[in-house]
Amino acid sequence: MSSRIGVVLFPGSNCEQDALEAFTALGASAEVLWHGDATVNGVDAVVVPGGFAHGDYLRPGAIARFSPVMSAVQDFATAGGPVVGICNGFQVLTEAGLLPGALQKNRGLKFICSMVEVRVESTRSVLTSGTAEGEVLRIPINHFEGNYTCSPETLAELQRDDRIVLRYVDNPNGSMDDIAGICSAGRNVVGLMPHPERASDALLGSDDGIGLLTSVLEAAAVGV
Amino acid sequence: MCEHGPMIFSVHVDVQLRPGIADPQGATIERSLPTLGFDGVEGVRVGKSIRFTIEAADEAVARQRVTDLCDRFLTNPVIEDSTVELTAIEAASA
Repeated sequence: MSSRIGVVLFPGSNCEQDALEAFTALGASAEVLWHGDATVNGVDAVVVPGGFAHGDYLRPGAIARFSPVMSAVQDFATAGGPVVGICNGFQVLTEAGLLPGALQKNRGLKFICSMVEVRVESTRSVLTSGTAEGEVLRIPINHFEGNYTCSPETLAELQRDDRIVLRYVDNPNGSMDDIAGICSAGRNVVGLMPHPERASDALLGSDDGIGLLTSVLEAAAVGV
Repeated sequence: MCEHGPMIFSVHVDVQLRPGIADPQGATIERSLPTLGFDGVEGVRVGKSIRFTIEAADEAVARQRVTDLCDRFLTNPVIEDSTVELTAIEAASA
């Protein structure tokens, strides 16, 4: 039986269809998890997609973290389930305390929508297990608030524990230590600003995201 | 004459980026000022101003609840601080 991937849908999410399509194309069974339902429906992995959940009011992710589904996502993550937050989903996971730090407005105050190169820094996460360390991937970014920041103590901890999983080759937004993606201490929760689901077919300009998506599917197949 | 009832407080929460956290908006505003003829302006920081009313038994309780609200929701403690102004405006109607 194929892995079941749950993609959270908040009011204002706008990348859930892309994620559903990308995972389905890779052979998974992907379904929507409505933010108002306090359950992850027994899926094998959860994806928090990009967009502007709850309009990004107050701060990106600030209101989404109180959606009923997030308590279920929290429990799922605590039990070791794979959870990946993409772009706005990364912002939601930091606001929810599932990942440390915060995402600020880009240095230069520009909304950036472009293809960037990211380097795999650690393969020890549910998102990067199927890639090679040092591998450079071409994946698009599409954000205004992707400038990762955290306390010096948190940064030291992320570096020491090999929890920076992706770095920008050419930092586009001012992110501390060129961070494009990090994982939790348990390595089963990952947040990244680039959109691997938009790099899942050569027709989209790159299929370098496939290795990341299949890593999630492999983690999902292993189960909690 | 009657027993002291709950009070309504007017609250103003000022949210600012913590010192040392880069503020691209503030920096952009500051850079634009000389071209408008405003020289000598420094240290521009952009924040948020949030106003509401809250009902509570007394000022200490109101302040405690607002502080909790700031910590859990109105600010992101990783990058933001807040200051709270609180003023009693009237006794809540029974």
